[in-house]
Amino acid sequence: MTSVSPAPLDFASSPINQSLTPERKIELFTQMVRIRRFEQAGLKYYQGGKIGGFLHLYIGQEAVAVGTISLAGKDDHFITAYRDHGHALAVGMGMNECMAEMFGKQTGCSKGKGGSMHFFAPDKNFWGGHGIVAGQTPLGLGLAYGVKYLGREGCCLCYLGDGAVNQGAFHESLNLAALFDIPVVYVIENNGYSMGTSQERSSSYGGCLAQRAEAYGMAWDVIDGSDLYEVRAKTHIAMERARKEHKPTLLEIDTYRYYGHSIADANHKKYRTPEEIEDYKQNHDPISVFRRKLIAEGILTEESATAINKAAADEAAASVKFADESPAPTIADISTDVYWETDHDTPASKIGRHFFD
Amino acid sequence: MSRTLTYREALREGLDEELARDPNVVLMGEEVAQYNGAYKVTEGLWKKWGDKRVVDTPISEAGFIGMGIGASMLGVRPVMELMFWSFHSVAFDQLVSNAACVRYMSGGLCNCPIVVRGPANGGTGVGATHSHVPEGLFAAFPGLKVCVPATPADAKGLIKAAIRDNDPVYFMENTLLYGNIGEVPDPADGDFVIPLGVADLKREGTDISIIAHGRSVIQSLAAAEILQAEHGINAEVLDLRSIRPIDVDAILKTVMKTNRVLLVDESKPFGGVSAMVAMLIQEHAFDYLDGPIKRVCSIDAPAIYSPHIEHEQLPNPRRIVEKVLTMA
Repeated sequence: MTSVSPAPLDFASSPINQSLTPERKIELFTQMVRIRRFEQAGLKYYQGGKIGGFLHLYIGQEAVAVGTISLAGKDDHFITAYRDHGHALAVGMGMNECMAEMFGKQTGCSKGKGGSMHFFAPDKNFWGGHGIVAGQTPLGLGLAYGVKYLGREGCCLCYLGDGAVNQGAFHESLNLAALFDIPVVYVIENNGYSMGTSQERSSSYGGCLAQRAEAYGMAWDVIDGSDLYEVRAKTHIAMERARKEHKPTLLEIDTYRYYGHSIADANHKKYRTPEEIEDYKQNHDPISVFRRKLIAEGILTEESATAINKAAADEAAASVKFADESPAPTIADISTDVYWETDHDTPASKIGRHFFD
Repeated sequence: MSRTLTYREALREGLDEELARDPNVVLMGEEVAQYNGAYKVTEGLWKKWGDKRVVDTPISEAGFIGMGIGASMLGVRPVMELMFWSFHSVAFDQLVSNAACVRYMSGGLCNCPIVVRGPANGGTGVGATHSHVPEGLFAAFPGLKVCVPATPADAKGLIKAAIRDNDPVYFMENTLLYGNIGEVPDPADGDFVIPLGVADLKREGTDISIIAHGRSVIQSLAAAEILQAEHGINAEVLDLRSIRPIDVDAILKTVMKTNRVLLVDESKPFGGVSAMVAMLIQEHAFDYLDGPIKRVCSIDAPAIYSPHIEHEQLPNPRRIVEKVLTMA
């Protein structure tokens, strides 16, 4: 059984991080910056009325998606909840298709049918983007079950928020994962708040949320989500346990979101103090932390960091232009992508009526 | 060459043939493996196919149904048993928000080739919690398919089509039919598959069309014999078999032939399959009707326990005959 690691440890020197080339480190830094710039652009146009529905921002949590997904092998899979922009960009989805999805356009990754909460890229082993709290946790279990069933050496990383840990479907998934030796790694991205309710007011727990894994005989660990090196070092252990031993793990990655639960969450400055938000920005921001480390390592300079930032902002602005200029779905588009058989015009799809007036 | 099988045996034969045909087909559910199935549908399959292909799950419907949906997105083809379809409610988010919607929300990038099967019926003295009949409920969600076999042959042919379908198919059986015997084509005569979306004329008649599905077909056929023998009324009985997709052509054909329609449906009257069928008939065959469409549904209350009266809440030959006589 894994337990809480004593701090501080130098995770930069762990083998999985030692194996990172300077170029790869810059790439990971760039990914985090791109996620932030993408979302800041999204926020601007959400407030400008170009994006509908909800907008759940990942800002402050970037090292979790980037750090964990940077460990992906070809048979590793990813699935998350509705705060999915970071994971989408980290698996390699383009800003254009993601921004266009939020704008509700035909060129969006889901053709404008899913929206901000429902990004998908199965070709990149990314299975969404799911709107119901903890509803994705049995699906992540199933993806991992599939990996094992099909005889591949891989795992599924299934992300959830700290507000999802009290849902029944999640507990059912933990039990099945341990019972059936399923190569799934559950990643609680603990940003401290389930919407407007703090962890203390929503969850009963011992030392931490991940410790609940002990009840299922499952390994667990707690990770500082502001340190990309620590995220990688500890998640790698869990992923290897899944790939090699078919054993699940429950990880809790402590992180923070700067904005509300969604941008519709008008009260987010009432349930948190300005000092709390400011402290995180100053001392724990994953991008700033990693930037300082890379500068100290002599890999990054202030100038190159600024250039990366500028390029990401330009890319985000270009994605806004792309999204804005893309065509909206048509009325006919409403009725496609409902059934595989009708989409593929198969013999089965021609028998009986599938749609009704 | 035909032989006779029970509905249960026919289903099992269909499952067995699909396990043999496709190595990605997996049966999973509560007691399906070592216990041989709560209703013995899967009897012997674990012994034959082993732990990988026939999997006992804990009582954890949201967990294992969701697991099957997730695995199906990756190419596994799970056939999941709900011991009772009544337990759908504890897995509802998975059955609806995930299975029905994931293809759409991904803009067609995902699909869920799953089958969820099990009995969905009243009439067995188990009270309201275990007697739900949710075919109309699930047929109401675009993205899902629903079928309800009434005979052993249909059970076998439809389960094979359901497993081969690349969309989620919710397959609703009936504990009161599991022991029924009927002719089923011999496997030696070829692969026996009944496509979804094809209704079956179970009895030809001239005076009235009785349209039903599931066990209500059996009740309607019994009623038709009484109507013929005692009242000289020659009823036609159309078995929908598949609820979504639905065979609108077959429905309209019988309506245009007899000009009178009785819908028999174990659902409750509000909404339900028969409400949709009535809508289709009035829209497309209004001018062929000699009178209003009538229905025999379950009496509109939660399922009663009492074995003395339970059968009267459900469609039965007496209720069907009496309703037809009001339409003459």
